[in-house]
Amino acid sequence: MSSVRKLLQVKELKKEYVSGNPVLKGVDFSIEEAGLVAIIGPSGTGKSTLLRCINRLIDSTEGQIIVNDVDICQTKGRSLRKLRRQLAMVFQEYNLVERLSVMENVLSGRLGYMSTWQAWRRNYTQQDINSAYELLGSVGLAEHATKRADSLSGGQRQRVGIARAVMQNPSIILADEPTSSLDPKTAVEIMELLEKFSLEKNIPVLINMHDVNLAKRFATRIIGMSNGYVIYDGQPKGITDDHLKEIYGGESWLD
Amino acid sequence: MAGLNSIAEGHKKNPFKRSRWNIGLWILVVTYLFYSIGSLGLNAERFLSGIGHASTLLDRMFPPNFERWELLLSGLVESLEIAMISSVSGIFLSLFIGILAARNLMPPWVSVPIRGFVALCRSFHPVIIAILFVKSVGFGALAGILTLIIASIGFIAKLFAEAIEEISFKQVEAIRATGANFSSVVIYAVMPQVFSRFIGFATYQFDSNLRNSTMVGIVGAGGLGGTLFSAFQRFDYDFVAAILITIISLILVWEFLSTLVRRVF
Repeated sequence: MSSVRKLLQVKELKKEYVSGNPVLKGVDFSIEEAGLVAIIGPSGTGKSTLLRCINRLIDSTEGQIIVNDVDICQTKGRSLRKLRRQLAMVFQEYNLVERLSVMENVLSGRLGYMSTWQAWRRNYTQQDINSAYELLGSVGLAEHATKRADSLSGGQRQRVGIARAVMQNPSIILADEPTSSLDPKTAVEIMELLEKFSLEKNIPVLINMHDVNLAKRFATRIIGMSNGYVIYDGQPKGITDDHLKEIYGGESWLD
Repeated sequence: MAGLNSIAEGHKKNPFKRSRWNIGLWILVVTYLFYSIGSLGLNAERFLSGIGHASTLLDRMFPPNFERWELLLSGLVESLEIAMISSVSGIFLSLFIGILAARNLMPPWVSVPIRGFVALCRSFHPVIIAILFVKSVGFGALAGILTLIIASIGFIAKLFAEAIEEISFKQVEAIRATGANFSSVVIYAVMPQVFSRFIGFATYQFDSNLRNSTMVGIVGAGGLGGTLFSAFQRFDYDFVAAILITIISLILVWEFLSTLVRRVF
């Protein structure tokens, strides 16, 4: 037994989309404390698969994912939905419900806590409504609350996506390439926002990313993945060119 | 200029070559068309004598006779009621049946039988369904209502299921990731994406039910159609004209109202 309480523990995780052709070949890591954990690696190495397995948007083939002392791979129905509330997702393409208002999108983070009848009548508690407004304010979109989500720009949509995730009151945020569809300046702003929530709410944020420099700048810990395995796990400053060569392959892209 | 003067030896196949099958098929279609015209005895003489009958009919239709307006009105009211009841219940049922028939939301053991049921609803023309219901539940408005409910399900549930199958699944995933249950996911992520199309299908179906409600009466399923049919049988062509004018105005009024409805949504 370790003395530190593990918020999330991934053990020997394997995933095959096609039988005999694994994408994840045995991934191990655990998250104990708040902070930004960047998962870096080339496209197709299973970063997205890993995050989506953790939230059970897809089912893993083998291994364990332990959240709150429960293996989420073994749960279903109500208990799975209860665990999902704690594992908020932020998506590369924001995945807002475009025809709903910004406010409704933020409040939809509470759906896991509500019955269908309450959801149908939009019957949110006063406290939920207050915190939704507060969150929209802190992502800088207070004046856009009643706009339709598809009228926002990419960066604004991602802010709403983050507000929706925080609205879930999660114990971990899983962000799947949250900045890859954005320009460099907006990408930095989004990273700052994730960093801010991580510190303020004391939540670990697990972020998939391509951009090594952005990862080094913001992350408190970097997990390097290649070919379905974790091959680096540690401090951002500990990552060397040799590691990067091993993760991405080749060296002509390093300067 | 080398590109256009190929030096390659040999005969390359023309990619746009006509296929013999294609030509054969066209010949078959045209032959069958002429065969059908011949076998049904359609010729210019038959057509001209038909035109003669039509002009006598038109002569006897004018001026339209609105003397029996009470009969006309009671038929019209019944038609409207049939259209209203069958549309509201048919559209409401289609909402759920459409969701159950959508292959991206439901496992095959749910969607396949439901799709079969919807296909069954579509497979008969409303007249045939109306005859079946008149035989099974008796003459009158109930048979008409049941007929048009079936017709509405056959049309809307199918289109609605197809609309659901085209939605962006990313939004569904995002709501699912919040821990929402299935029905909340439908309310929050599916309905917003398809609701405006559903309203479009629903107004169209009401339009169609309104027309059909004046027709089901011909086979005894209530409404203005019954009045129309008996007027035909008694050769009261001036009354027939009055009924037809009433139906046309009914449809025009709805046409006007439906533009208003569409503007609201």
